[in-house]
Amino acid sequence: MDILYFAWLRERVGLPRETINTDAKTVADLVSELVEREERYAVAFADISALRVATDQELTDFDASLEGVREVAFFPPMTGG
Amino acid sequence: MDIRVQEGAFDPGIELNGFTDGQPNAGAIVSFTGVVRKVSEKMQFMQIEHYPGMTENALRSIASNAVERWSLIDVLIIHRFGDLRPAEPIMMVATAAKHRADAFAAADFLMDFLKSRAPFWKKEVSVDKSTWVSAKQTDEDALSRW
Repeated sequence: MDILYFAWLRERVGLPRETINTDAKTVADLVSELVEREERYAVAFADISALRVATDQELTDFDASLEGVREVAFFPPMTGG
Repeated sequence: MDIRVQEGAFDPGIELNGFTDGQPNAGAIVSFTGVVRKVSEKMQFMQIEHYPGMTENALRSIASNAVERWSLIDVLIIHRFGDLRPAEPIMMVATAAKHRADAFAAADFLMDFLKSRAPFWKKEVSVDKSTWVSAKQTDEDALSRW
């Protein structure tokens, strides 16, 4: 599964994207898995209420299922316009 | 619908003229241009990051919603990414409708959704620091108007 990070989340994690093998069933499970890996993930994901998530390029929420999902992106609230 | 996500500069005047020329059935054209604001004397540029692929899809979906809701004749959205200096245009939207009320409302709607539902992030880069622009609660609240 491809995991993408944007804006300050990308800076805290230290990379824009990575490919990982995971059995996580939901986005929240995936976050828990990442947080256990290394301190930088724990710091980056300390407050998920400050983050947004998209699966296969569609906005969703942290309870969303990862079944069939190929790409998950995490980022802060968007500031376009 | 013309949706463009690009690094290069654009001329809002030329774009608006081109958009207007192509609309013989429209009685009203509304446009909005967003410009990089110099927030301090030390500011050098605004860095705009985006999510290639999702950005285009999100803009297309927002524009389609507007077209359905206000029976628009046409929509133009241009949004840049990369490093932009103060006074450079960041983005523009234009709407074409039979009557002005629809064109105004749709442009307002597009801007509200572009602000908080299109995957762009802004960072202000100054001589001595760089700061990610925070999303405002008022921008999120604005969506409930629609």
